Amino acid sequence: MTEIDIPYDELVDITDKVCPLTFVKAKVAIEELDDGEILAVRMNDGEPVQNVPRSFKEDGHKIIKLYDNEDGTYTLLVRKVEG
Amino acid sequence: MAEQVNYAELKKGGFMKQKQKGYGSLRLQVVGGNLTAENIKTISEVAEKYGRGYVHMTSRQGVEIPFIHVDQLAEVKEALAKGGVKTGVCGPRVRTVTACQGSEVCPSGCIDTYTLAKELDERYFGRELPHKFKFGVTGCQNNCLKAEENDVGIKGGMEVAYKEDACIGCGVCIKACRQGALSMVDGKVVLDESKCNKCARCVKSCPTDAWEGTPGYIVSFGGTFGNFISKGEELLPIVKDKDTLFRVTDAAIEYFAENANPSERFRKTLERLGIEGLKEKVTDAYNGQ
Repeated sequence: MTEIDIPYDELVDITDKVCPLTFVKAKVAIEELDDGEILAVRMNDGEPVQNVPRSFKEDGHKIIKLYDNEDGTYTLLVRKVEG
Repeated sequence: MAEQVNYAELKKGGFMKQKQKGYGSLRLQVVGGNLTAENIKTISEVAEKYGRGYVHMTSRQGVEIPFIHVDQLAEVKEALAKGGVKTGVCGPRVRTVTACQGSEVCPSGCIDTYTLAKELDERYFGRELPHKFKFGVTGCQNNCLKAEENDVGIKGGMEVAYKEDACIGCGVCIKACRQGALSMVDGKVVLDESKCNKCARCVKSCPTDAWEGTPGYIVSFGGTFGNFISKGEELLPIVKDKDTLFRVTDAAIEYFAENANPSERFRKTLERLGIEGLKEKVTDAYNGQ
Protein backbone atom coordinates (compact mmCIF):
# COMPACT_ATOMS: atom_id res chain seq x y z
CA MET A 1 0.00 0.00 0.00
CA THR A 2 1.33 3.39 -1.04
CA GLU A 3 0.87 6.06 1.55
CA ILE A 4 -0.72 9.28 0.35
CA ASP A 5 2.31 11.56 0.38
CA ILE A 6 0.72 14.73 -0.97
CA PRO A 7 -1.37 16.98 1.30
CA TYR A 8 -5.00 17.49 0.27
CA ASP A 9 -7.76 19.87 1.30
CA GLU A 10 -10.80 17.60 1.31
CA LEU A 11 -11.57 13.89 1.15
CA VAL A 12 -14.67 12.39 -0.40
CA ASP A 13 -15.52 8.70 -0.29
CA ILE A 14 -17.55 7.51 -3.27
CA THR A 15 -17.22 3.79 -2.59
CA ASP A 16 -20.85 3.78 -1.36
CA LYS A 17 -22.16 4.95 -4.75
CA VAL A 18 -22.72 3.28 -8.12
CA CYS A 19 -22.30 4.81 -11.55
CA PRO A 20 -23.30 7.53 -12.40
CA LEU A 21 -23.69 8.72 -8.79
CA THR A 22 -19.99 8.05 -8.15
CA PHE A 23 -19.01 10.98 -10.33
CA VAL A 24 -21.98 13.09 -9.21
CA LYS A 25 -20.81 12.87 -5.60
CA ALA A 26 -17.21 13.57 -6.60
CA LYS A 27 -18.28 16.49 -8.79
CA VAL A 28 -20.31 18.07 -5.99
CA ALA A 29 -17.30 17.71 -3.69
CA ILE A 30 -14.90 19.46 -6.06
CA GLU A 31 -17.38 22.27 -6.63
CA GLU A 32 -17.15 23.07 -2.90
CA LEU A 33 -13.41 23.70 -3.21
CA ASP A 34 -11.55 26.84 -4.25
CA ASP A 35 -9.43 27.04 -7.37
CA GLY A 36 -6.13 25.21 -6.87
CA GLU A 37 -7.24 23.18 -3.85
CA ILE A 38 -6.77 19.43 -3.88
CA LEU A 39 -9.52 16.87 -3.49
CA ALA A 40 -8.88 13.27 -2.51
CA VAL A 41 -11.47 10.85 -3.85
CA ARG A 42 -11.66 7.30 -2.53
CA MET A 43 -13.28 5.01 -5.09
CA ASN A 44 -13.79 1.36 -5.87
CA ASP A 45 -11.79 -0.68 -8.34
CA GLY A 46 -13.52 -1.42 -11.68
CA GLU A 47 -15.73 1.12 -13.42
CA PRO A 48 -15.19 3.99 -10.95
CA VAL A 49 -11.40 3.96 -11.23
CA GLN A 50 -11.64 3.43 -15.01
CA ASN A 51 -13.94 6.39 -15.53
CA VAL A 52 -13.88 8.93 -12.70
CA PRO A 53 -10.33 10.22 -13.33
CA ARG A 54 -11.16 10.74 -16.99
CA SER A 55 -14.38 12.56 -16.14
CA PHE A 56 -12.40 15.00 -13.95
CA LYS A 57 -9.98 15.54 -16.83
CA GLU A 58 -12.87 16.21 -19.23
CA ASP A 59 -14.18 18.81 -16.77
CA GLY A 60 -10.80 20.55 -16.94
CA HIS A 61 -9.40 19.59 -13.54
CA LYS A 62 -5.83 18.43 -13.00
CA ILE A 63 -5.19 14.83 -11.99
CA ILE A 64 -2.18 14.56 -9.70
CA LYS A 65 -1.92 10.94 -8.63
CA LEU A 66 -3.77 7.68 -8.17
CA TYR A 67 -3.00 5.56 -5.11
CA ASP A 68 -3.77 1.87 -4.82
CA ASN A 69 -5.06 1.35 -1.28
CA GLU A 70 -4.72 -2.41 -1.80
CA ASP A 71 -8.14 -3.03 -0.27
CA GLY A 72 -10.05 -2.93 -3.55
CA THR A 73 -10.16 0.86 -3.45
CA TYR A 74 -8.10 3.66 -4.95
CA THR A 75 -7.58 7.26 -3.91
CA LEU A 76 -7.32 9.88 -6.61
CA LEU A 77 -5.82 13.29 -5.95
CA VAL A 78 -7.17 15.99 -8.20
CA ARG A 79 -6.48 19.71 -8.23
CA LYS A 80 -9.45 21.96 -8.84
CA VAL A 81 -9.18 24.13 -11.95
CA GLU A 82 -11.87 26.80 -12.01
CA GLY A 83 -13.58 26.53 -15.40
CA MET B 1 -59.10 -2.43 -64.76
CA ALA B 2 -56.61 -0.94 -62.29
CA GLU B 3 -53.05 -0.38 -63.41
CA GLN B 4 -50.63 -3.12 -62.33
CA VAL B 5 -48.42 -1.91 -59.49
CA ASN B 6 -44.74 -2.83 -59.79
CA TYR B 7 -43.86 -3.39 -56.14
CA ALA B 8 -40.27 -4.47 -56.86
CA GLU B 9 -39.62 -1.12 -58.50
CA LEU B 10 -41.33 0.68 -55.62
CA LYS B 11 -39.27 -1.26 -53.07
CA LYS B 12 -36.15 0.02 -54.77
CA GLY B 13 -37.43 3.50 -53.94
CA GLY B 14 -38.02 2.56 -50.31
CA PHE B 15 -41.73 1.77 -50.55
CA MET B 16 -42.45 -1.47 -48.72
CA LYS B 17 -45.75 -3.18 -49.43
CA GLN B 18 -47.97 -3.57 -46.38
CA LYS B 19 -50.52 -6.23 -45.52
CA GLN B 20 -53.19 -3.60 -46.14
CA LYS B 21 -53.94 -3.55 -49.86
CA GLY B 22 -52.65 -0.48 -51.68
CA TYR B 23 -50.62 0.75 -48.71
CA GLY B 24 -46.93 0.74 -48.07
CA SER B 25 -44.43 1.90 -45.48
CA LEU B 26 -42.22 4.56 -47.02
CA ARG B 27 -38.59 4.39 -45.96
CA LEU B 28 -36.72 7.70 -45.81
CA GLN B 29 -33.05 8.33 -46.37
CA VAL B 30 -31.21 8.98 -43.14
CA VAL B 31 -27.43 9.29 -43.10
CA GLY B 32 -25.50 8.62 -39.93
CA GLY B 33 -28.65 8.81 -37.84
CA ASN B 34 -29.10 12.58 -38.20
CA LEU B 35 -32.12 14.52 -39.42
CA THR B 36 -32.47 18.29 -39.32
CA ALA B 37 -35.32 19.94 -37.44
CA GLU B 38 -36.72 20.97 -40.83
CA ASN B 39 -36.59 17.35 -42.03
CA ILE B 40 -38.47 16.22 -38.93
CA LYS B 41 -41.16 18.89 -39.33
CA THR B 42 -41.70 17.86 -42.94
CA ILE B 43 -41.85 14.18 -42.04
CA SER B 44 -44.35 14.99 -39.29
CA GLU B 45 -46.57 16.94 -41.70
CA VAL B 46 -46.46 14.16 -44.29
CA ALA B 47 -47.24 11.48 -41.71
CA GLU B 48 -50.22 13.54 -40.52
CA LYS B 49 -51.53 14.31 -43.98
CA TYR B 50 -50.83 11.11 -45.91
CA GLY B 51 -50.10 8.44 -43.29
CA ARG B 52 -51.66 7.62 -39.94
CA GLY B 53 -49.91 10.31 -37.95
CA TYR B 54 -46.90 8.30 -36.81
CA VAL B 55 -43.50 7.11 -37.97
CA HIS B 56 -41.65 3.87 -37.39
CA MET B 57 -37.97 3.95 -36.36
CA THR B 58 -36.08 1.08 -37.96
CA SER B 59 -33.29 -0.90 -36.32
CA ARG B 60 -30.72 0.85 -38.51
CA GLN B 61 -31.47 4.50 -37.76
CA GLY B 62 -34.02 4.71 -40.53
CA VAL B 63 -37.41 6.37 -40.42
CA GLU B 64 -40.44 4.96 -42.22
CA ILE B 65 -43.86 6.49 -42.70
CA PRO B 66 -46.38 3.63 -42.68
CA PHE B 67 -49.79 3.69 -44.38
CA ILE B 68 -48.87 5.68 -47.45
CA HIS B 69 -51.25 4.84 -50.29
CA VAL B 70 -49.55 3.93 -53.52
CA ASP B 71 -51.75 6.36 -55.45
CA GLN B 72 -50.38 9.25 -53.39
CA LEU B 73 -46.74 8.17 -53.50
CA ALA B 74 -45.63 10.73 -56.08
CA GLU B 75 -47.34 13.53 -54.16
CA VAL B 76 -45.78 12.34 -50.91
CA LYS B 77 -42.30 12.26 -52.40
CA GLU B 78 -42.77 15.79 -53.68
CA ALA B 79 -43.94 17.02 -50.26
CA LEU B 80 -40.93 15.36 -48.61
CA ALA B 81 -38.49 16.78 -51.14
CA LYS B 82 -39.65 20.32 -50.26
CA GLY B 83 -38.35 19.74 -46.73
CA GLY B 84 -35.09 18.22 -47.96
CA VAL B 85 -36.19 14.66 -47.23
CA LYS B 86 -35.29 11.93 -49.70
CA THR B 87 -36.65 8.43 -49.78
CA GLY B 88 -34.51 5.47 -48.79
CA VAL B 89 -33.88 2.16 -50.49
CA CYS B 90 -34.64 -1.47 -49.90
CA GLY B 91 -33.66 -4.62 -51.82
CA PRO B 92 -30.30 -5.71 -53.27
CA ARG B 93 -28.28 -2.53 -52.99
CA VAL B 94 -26.22 -0.42 -50.58
CA ARG B 95 -28.44 0.55 -47.67
CA THR B 96 -28.51 3.30 -45.08
CA VAL B 97 -25.06 4.14 -43.75
CA THR B 98 -25.37 4.19 -39.98
CA ALA B 99 -23.17 6.07 -37.51
CA CYS B 100 -22.87 6.99 -33.86
CA GLN B 101 -22.26 10.65 -32.99
CA GLY B 102 -18.49 10.23 -33.15
CA SER B 103 -15.60 12.46 -32.14
CA GLU B 104 -17.31 15.74 -33.00
CA VAL B 105 -19.80 15.21 -30.17
CA CYS B 106 -18.87 12.22 -28.02
CA PRO B 107 -15.92 12.37 -25.57
CA SER B 108 -15.14 8.71 -26.34
CA GLY B 109 -15.05 9.13 -30.12
CA CYS B 110 -11.80 8.54 -32.01
CA ILE B 111 -13.05 9.43 -35.52
CA ASP B 112 -15.54 11.83 -37.11
CA THR B 113 -18.17 9.22 -37.89
CA TYR B 114 -20.82 11.54 -39.31
CA THR B 115 -18.56 13.04 -41.98
CA LEU B 116 -17.39 9.55 -42.90
CA ALA B 117 -20.98 8.25 -43.06
CA LYS B 118 -21.89 11.08 -45.44
CA GLU B 119 -18.88 10.32 -47.61
CA LEU B 120 -19.69 6.61 -47.72
CA ASP B 121 -23.30 7.46 -48.50
CA GLU B 122 -22.28 9.70 -51.40
CA ARG B 123 -19.90 7.05 -52.67
CA TYR B 124 -22.12 3.98 -52.45
CA PHE B 125 -25.73 4.62 -51.40
CA GLY B 126 -28.24 2.75 -53.57
CA ARG B 127 -25.57 1.00 -55.61
CA GLU B 128 -27.02 -2.19 -57.16
CA LEU B 129 -25.40 -5.40 -55.89
CA PRO B 130 -26.24 -9.12 -55.73
CA HIS B 131 -27.82 -8.61 -52.29
CA LYS B 132 -28.26 -5.94 -49.64
CA PHE B 133 -25.04 -4.37 -48.42
CA LYS B 134 -24.68 -2.46 -45.16
CA PHE B 135 -22.11 -0.02 -43.85
CA GLY B 136 -21.94 0.99 -40.21
CA VAL B 137 -19.53 3.47 -38.63
CA THR B 138 -18.81 3.57 -34.92
CA GLY B 139 -16.47 6.00 -33.20
CA CYS B 140 -14.67 3.77 -30.72
CA GLN B 141 -14.41 0.35 -29.10
CA ASN B 142 -17.57 1.05 -27.07
CA ASN B 143 -19.15 0.10 -30.39
CA CYS B 144 -22.50 1.82 -29.89
CA LEU B 145 -23.13 1.38 -33.62
CA LYS B 146 -22.28 -2.36 -33.64
CA ALA B 147 -19.74 -2.21 -36.48
CA GLU B 148 -19.29 -5.98 -36.85
CA GLU B 149 -22.93 -6.65 -37.66
CA ASN B 150 -22.49 -4.83 -40.98
CA ASP B 151 -21.19 -6.16 -44.29
CA VAL B 152 -18.47 -3.56 -43.86
CA GLY B 153 -18.04 -2.12 -40.39
CA ILE B 154 -15.75 0.77 -39.56
CA LYS B 155 -14.67 1.45 -36.01
CA GLY B 156 -12.57 4.31 -34.73
CA GLY B 157 -9.42 3.52 -32.80
CA MET B 158 -6.03 5.01 -32.10
CA GLU B 159 -2.46 3.86 -32.36
CA VAL B 160 -0.84 5.06 -29.18
CA ALA B 161 2.68 6.19 -28.36
CA TYR B 162 4.08 6.81 -24.89
CA LYS B 163 5.90 10.04 -24.17
CA GLU B 164 7.89 9.21 -21.10
CA ASP B 165 8.96 12.81 -20.43
CA ALA B 166 5.37 13.97 -20.06
CA CYS B 167 4.34 11.09 -17.76
CA ILE B 168 3.94 11.89 -14.06
CA GLY B 169 3.45 8.22 -13.15
CA CYS B 170 -0.04 8.83 -11.75
CA GLY B 171 -1.25 5.38 -12.81
CA VAL B 172 -4.62 6.52 -14.16
CA CYS B 173 -4.08 5.00 -17.63
CA ILE B 174 -3.25 1.60 -16.19
CA LYS B 175 -6.66 1.46 -14.55
CA ALA B 176 -8.42 3.06 -17.54
CA CYS B 177 -7.14 0.31 -19.85
CA ARG B 178 -9.63 -2.54 -20.02
CA GLN B 179 -7.27 -4.89 -21.84
CA GLY B 180 -4.65 -5.13 -19.11
CA ALA B 181 -2.12 -3.90 -21.66
CA LEU B 182 -0.41 -1.38 -19.38
CA SER B 183 1.78 -1.86 -16.35
CA MET B 184 3.99 0.35 -14.17
CA VAL B 185 7.68 -0.47 -14.19
CA ASP B 186 9.98 1.79 -12.16
CA GLY B 187 7.51 4.66 -12.22
CA LYS B 188 7.04 4.46 -15.99
CA VAL B 189 4.27 2.85 -17.98
CA VAL B 190 4.97 -0.13 -20.24
CA LEU B 191 2.62 -1.08 -23.09
CA ASP B 192 2.10 -4.68 -24.15
CA GLU B 193 1.26 -4.14 -27.83
CA SER B 194 -0.14 -7.67 -28.16
CA LYS B 195 -2.94 -6.82 -25.71
CA CYS B 196 -3.72 -3.32 -27.00
CA ASN B 197 -7.07 -3.06 -28.84
CA LYS B 198 -6.50 0.59 -29.83
CA CYS B 199 -9.43 1.84 -27.74
CA ALA B 200 -7.48 4.98 -26.75
CA ARG B 201 -8.77 5.00 -23.19
CA CYS B 202 -5.18 5.73 -22.10
CA VAL B 203 -5.09 8.77 -24.39
CA LYS B 204 -8.48 9.98 -23.18
CA SER B 205 -7.69 9.55 -19.49
CA CYS B 206 -4.08 10.78 -19.28
CA PRO B 207 -3.93 14.05 -17.33
CA THR B 208 -0.67 15.18 -18.97
CA ASP B 209 -1.20 13.92 -22.52
CA ALA B 210 1.67 11.50 -22.15
CA TRP B 211 -0.17 9.13 -24.47
CA GLU B 212 -0.23 10.39 -28.03
CA GLY B 213 -2.98 8.87 -30.14
CA THR B 214 -3.13 8.72 -33.91
CA PRO B 215 -6.71 8.04 -35.03
CA GLY B 216 -7.46 5.31 -37.52
CA TYR B 217 -10.12 2.99 -38.88
CA ILE B 218 -10.57 -0.63 -37.79
CA VAL B 219 -12.45 -2.32 -40.63
CA SER B 220 -14.48 -5.54 -40.40
CA PHE B 221 -15.92 -7.57 -43.25
CA GLY B 222 -18.84 -9.93 -43.69
CA GLY B 223 -21.01 -9.19 -40.69
CA THR B 224 -24.70 -10.03 -40.77
CA PHE B 225 -27.38 -10.03 -38.10
CA GLY B 226 -30.61 -11.28 -39.62
CA ASN B 227 -31.78 -14.80 -40.42
CA PHE B 228 -28.21 -15.82 -40.02
CA ILE B 229 -25.86 -14.22 -37.51
CA SER B 230 -22.17 -13.76 -38.02
CA LYS B 231 -19.63 -11.27 -36.76
CA GLY B 232 -17.59 -9.29 -39.28
CA GLU B 233 -13.89 -10.13 -39.35
CA GLU B 234 -10.94 -7.79 -39.16
CA LEU B 235 -8.54 -8.64 -41.96
CA LEU B 236 -6.21 -5.64 -41.88
CA PRO B 237 -4.12 -3.55 -39.51
CA ILE B 238 -5.72 -0.27 -38.44
CA VAL B 239 -6.15 2.01 -41.48
CA LYS B 240 -4.53 5.40 -40.93
CA ASP B 241 -5.98 7.60 -43.66
CA LYS B 242 -9.19 8.04 -45.59
CA ASP B 243 -7.72 7.45 -49.07
CA THR B 244 -6.58 4.02 -47.96
CA LEU B 245 -9.92 3.41 -46.26
CA PHE B 246 -11.84 4.14 -49.45
CA ARG B 247 -9.49 1.94 -51.48
CA VAL B 248 -10.26 -0.84 -49.01
CA THR B 249 -14.04 -0.30 -49.05
CA ASP B 250 -13.97 -0.06 -52.86
CA ALA B 251 -12.07 -3.36 -53.00
CA ALA B 252 -14.55 -5.07 -50.66
CA ILE B 253 -17.61 -3.92 -52.57
CA GLU B 254 -16.02 -4.82 -55.94
CA TYR B 255 -15.16 -8.25 -54.62
CA PHE B 256 -18.78 -8.73 -53.58
CA ALA B 257 -20.12 -7.43 -56.91
CA GLU B 258 -17.83 -9.73 -58.88
CA ASN B 259 -18.07 -12.89 -56.80
CA ALA B 260 -21.45 -13.12 -55.10
CA ASN B 261 -24.26 -15.18 -56.56
CA PRO B 262 -27.57 -13.36 -56.91
CA SER B 263 -29.32 -13.09 -53.53
CA GLU B 264 -26.23 -14.15 -51.64
CA ARG B 265 -25.09 -12.08 -48.66
CA PHE B 266 -21.42 -11.11 -48.37
CA ARG B 267 -20.85 -13.53 -45.51
CA LYS B 268 -22.24 -16.43 -47.53
CA THR B 269 -19.96 -15.55 -50.44
CA LEU B 270 -17.00 -15.54 -48.08
CA GLU B 271 -18.04 -18.90 -46.65
CA ARG B 272 -18.44 -20.40 -50.11
CA LEU B 273 -15.15 -19.10 -51.49
CA GLY B 274 -13.09 -18.85 -48.31
CA ILE B 275 -11.98 -15.54 -46.89
CA GLU B 276 -8.48 -15.61 -48.42
CA GLY B 277 -9.55 -14.12 -51.76
CA LEU B 278 -11.09 -11.08 -50.09
CA LYS B 279 -8.17 -10.79 -47.72
CA GLU B 280 -5.78 -10.63 -50.64
CA LYS B 281 -7.89 -7.96 -52.36
CA VAL B 282 -8.21 -5.71 -49.36
CA THR B 283 -4.59 -6.19 -48.38
CA ASP B 284 -3.54 -5.04 -51.86
CA ALA B 285 -5.85 -2.02 -51.46
CA TYR B 286 -4.40 -1.34 -48.03
CA ASN B 287 -0.90 -1.41 -49.53
CA GLY B 288 -1.88 1.11 -52.15
CA GLN B 289 -2.39 -1.22 -55.09
